Amino acid sequence: MQLRQLTLWSAAGWIAGTGLALAQGQTLTIATVNNADMIIMQRLSPKWEQATGNKLNWVVLEENVLRQRATTDIATKGGQFDIITIGSYEAPIWGKQNWLVTLDDLGADYDYADIIPSVKNGLSYNGKLYAVPFYAESSFTFYRKDLFDQAGIKMPAKPTYDQIAEYAAKLTDKSKEQYGFCQRGKPGWGENMAFIGPMVNAFGGRWFNEKWEPQLTTEPWKNAINYYVKNIREYGPPGATANGHNENRALFATGHCAMWVDATSAAGYIYNPKESQVADKTAFTAAPVQVTSNGSGWFWAWSLGIPASSKKVDAAKSFVKWATSKDYVTLVGNEAGWVAAPPGTRKSTYDNPEYQKAAPFAKVVYDAVVNADLTKPTKDPVPYIGIQYVAIPEFQGIGTAVGQQIAAALAGQTTVEQALETAQRSTERTMKQAGYPK
Amino acid sequence: MHPKTRKKLILTLVGWLAAGLIFFPIFWMMLTSFKTEVEAVATPPKLFFSPTLENYVTVRERADYIHFAINSIVISVGATLLATLIAVPAAYAMAFFPGKRTKDLLLWMLSTKMMPAVGVLIPIYLLFRDTGAIDTRWGLIVVYTLMNLPIVVWMLYTFFKEVPKDILEAGRMDGAKPKQEVWMLLLPLSLPGIASTALLSIILCWNEAFWSLNLTTSEAAPLTTFIASFSAPEGLFWAKLSAASTIAIAPILVFGWMSQRQLVRGLTFGAVK
Amino acid sequence: MASTTTTVPVPGASAPAGRRSQRNVRTLPLIAPSVIILFLWMIVPLVMTLWFSFQYYNLLDPSVGGFAGFENYTFLLTDPSLWTAMANTLFLVFWVLVITVGLGTLLAVLFDQEFYGRGIARLLAIAPFFVMPTVSALIWKNMLMHPVNGLFAFFARSLGFPAIDFFGSFPLTSVIIIVAWQWLPFALLILLTAIQSLDSEQKEAARMDGAGPISMFFFIILPHLGRAISVVIMIETIFLLSVFAEIYVTTSGGPGLASTNLAFLIYLRALREYDVGGASAAGVIAVILANIVAIFLVRSIAKNIAD
Repeated sequence: MQLRQLTLWSAAGWIAGTGLALAQGQTLTIATVNNADMIIMQRLSPKWEQATGNKLNWVVLEENVLRQRATTDIATKGGQFDIITIGSYEAPIWGKQNWLVTLDDLGADYDYADIIPSVKNGLSYNGKLYAVPFYAESSFTFYRKDLFDQAGIKMPAKPTYDQIAEYAAKLTDKSKEQYGFCQRGKPGWGENMAFIGPMVNAFGGRWFNEKWEPQLTTEPWKNAINYYVKNIREYGPPGATANGHNENRALFATGHCAMWVDATSAAGYIYNPKESQVADKTAFTAAPVQVTSNGSGWFWAWSLGIPASSKKVDAAKSFVKWATSKDYVTLVGNEAGWVAAPPGTRKSTYDNPEYQKAAPFAKVVYDAVVNADLTKPTKDPVPYIGIQYVAIPEFQGIGTAVGQQIAAALAGQTTVEQALETAQRSTERTMKQAGYPK
Repeated sequence: MHPKTRKKLILTLVGWLAAGLIFFPIFWMMLTSFKTEVEAVATPPKLFFSPTLENYVTVRERADYIHFAINSIVISVGATLLATLIAVPAAYAMAFFPGKRTKDLLLWMLSTKMMPAVGVLIPIYLLFRDTGAIDTRWGLIVVYTLMNLPIVVWMLYTFFKEVPKDILEAGRMDGAKPKQEVWMLLLPLSLPGIASTALLSIILCWNEAFWSLNLTTSEAAPLTTFIASFSAPEGLFWAKLSAASTIAIAPILVFGWMSQRQLVRGLTFGAVK
Repeated sequence: MASTTTTVPVPGASAPAGRRSQRNVRTLPLIAPSVIILFLWMIVPLVMTLWFSFQYYNLLDPSVGGFAGFENYTFLLTDPSLWTAMANTLFLVFWVLVITVGLGTLLAVLFDQEFYGRGIARLLAIAPFFVMPTVSALIWKNMLMHPVNGLFAFFARSLGFPAIDFFGSFPLTSVIIIVAWQWLPFALLILLTAIQSLDSEQKEAARMDGAGPISMFFFIILPHLGRAISVVIMIETIFLLSVFAEIYVTTSGGPGLASTNLAFLIYLRALREYDVGGASAAGVIAVILANIVAIFLVRSIAKNIAD
């Protein structure tokens, strides 16, 4: 009897001790962007903390600052972060360098098959998944149903850019501050180039040919940029070169725009009467095409990755699994409203009747994301992946420099021809310096 | 009306107009912090609206303001103290015992500030990584001390030169040793000048937004990081950013205003009675 | 006791010749800490930077490596944007100096006069210096200068004029306005206290001699401010040469290269692409350039400072 009691007690003690040790928990440092979806994740994360006994240290920064900070740390193996929010641009590049832990082993209950294939491909390199998608977006066309009805125009399911220009002409009234064509003009590889890239693709252009030679002075580029400059000047708001996503969103939400081609992720906010004055007047259709529909809608995903230098990989994996699971989507739906559920990543989200009810734009968004094929972004074959970006490290610099030149053309400081010439030369220089082709 | 009074009234008008114009952007920002997001971007801009505290609540919920503020205070004050400590002897020596090389030395000190921070980010980060200084308060204090040392030396040097030499001479005649000279005579006389130099250094540290963003993560992150989490996300953020900025500059504004009298009285470039 | 004014040079012999050498030796340990620390602070990153500038080192692409010789330098120096950036830098520094010193002097004279609520007005006028540059830039860009939502546009439209697209049409000027607004309080403070140290006896004497306010300004006040103005110029120049945050937040250097200065160019070419070799070379170039400017500046105003 004594021995059994002793055994039982020591067993209990041992279990309690281990339990205590496990319950101690680890502290993970997570760096993220300050998007609304991430803010919601931050707000809901205590649930995971309670369930696992770990704690999270949040570092929330603006996108460009985050990118710089995270890249500096991960490239120098500084080891400051256990979880980083990265985009589909970084994921393949960093995966190639083995800077990230592969995430193919999160378990069957994670349901990898539920993740939209184009999204999964966008975050993989050589078939291995390096980051799990938090939300994904493509681009599509927002338009004012009421203004279209008034003018007697019917928006087709797949408008061409020529048609868009036609409608913009009819719907612009500058004296009433109503602009037909509100588009990004602020220079930056993730700002104006995010819109211009797919537009160039739609016009049949590409960034580089198979020999990695820049193509900025080819016909499709000239046609696309001339179209862009002409239509924004005639039908867009003043000061377009300072307008990025946020500014145009504010313009559309306050009723100044008839059409806006931009991120699908903005749909939830335009549709929310607390954040926009046109919630009940907005409709959606696919991003415009022209000579091809390849790469006409962009692709972007914010995802969670774990640096290889982290010392708390298991705990980190537990968090990223939780934050990108089906259950999490349901959690957001219940706590923050279904219209705020992270879009674009899982089929189950779109099959959910609650989501469909709260987000009438869901089907259009789903189609856009499914059709955004990173590996076939252009009419002619290309050596790179990426629709509105080229997944090479040099692209940040190239994209921004080209964006600057186009903004200069838009502001009237230079002609479109000259801008493209300068952009071409600068890109050639950079590619040569970086050692392409390689 | 008495001509003098009229002159005073005109001056009042002009003075307040100038002050108002200069202060206006800050006033507008503070006003915006009490609006809702949609109101903040409304055209025409609203001057009258029903104020709300929701932005301040959101900001408080999302980030631990106190933690960031304490870091800012510790780092700014720490760096300033350290810089002043090192600079006072140097400025003393250069002001009262100038040699042939003094001017060149001063110039060289300034030249250390010429390297743009963006150019040395990676080398410094590597250095910090290897010494374990990333995300530590002392790491940032060291960087800021070195950043501001040239300016502090320069300004102290200029103030020390203003102290009338006859007073120090008199002290020396009375047998005072150099250390006493500094402690009992020089520092009290130039205290206002030191105060203004310290204020400048604190402000420069408080607002520095390159090293503070890149060399800290969460432990040592100051208010500049706090602000960076509210600027330019997707969506409307003006009201929240205004609220965050208002509480971020509040301490330094109050401090600056409190010490401003000291400053103005003391940045005397000459007459010391 | 009579007060001494600053323009009277004090004779340099502060100690009898015999004891001077003794004093000089003792000054070394006083200056040493500052000098040694600054030297280390300067030399270590400088050496690392010099080293990197001669290497191919791209943080994002470890496959790129090896000795680069002067490649990084030639790449930068043959960049057509380099000259534009340098011109913009000098343009920016010059105009901000002009505005802050000019306006600062006038405001200093104004605030030196007695008027109702002067103390509070002064406080308001120096507030901009305390605000973080990124925040200031954002306020100016979006709440004031924005052609659709901004306050200036609103005023313009109410008066019947079309709104000015500040950052599109006048990018560098807009940046200059923002930076000048931030630095005006600094100049104001230093100049104001310099004015207040002006001997009232001198002013009285001049007034009795029949000097009006304009000649008072030019012949009494301005010369007295000589040293203060020099210090303001000196310190502001150092900071203005590397203005970065305001450009980053508002125009990102554009449109085109219209508002790119040297610091921003370095950021674009080198940091954006994590080309550490290139960034280092650019840093070295920037230091050389800044030193040239500094030597030039100090030579021309040196006598005002070290007398």
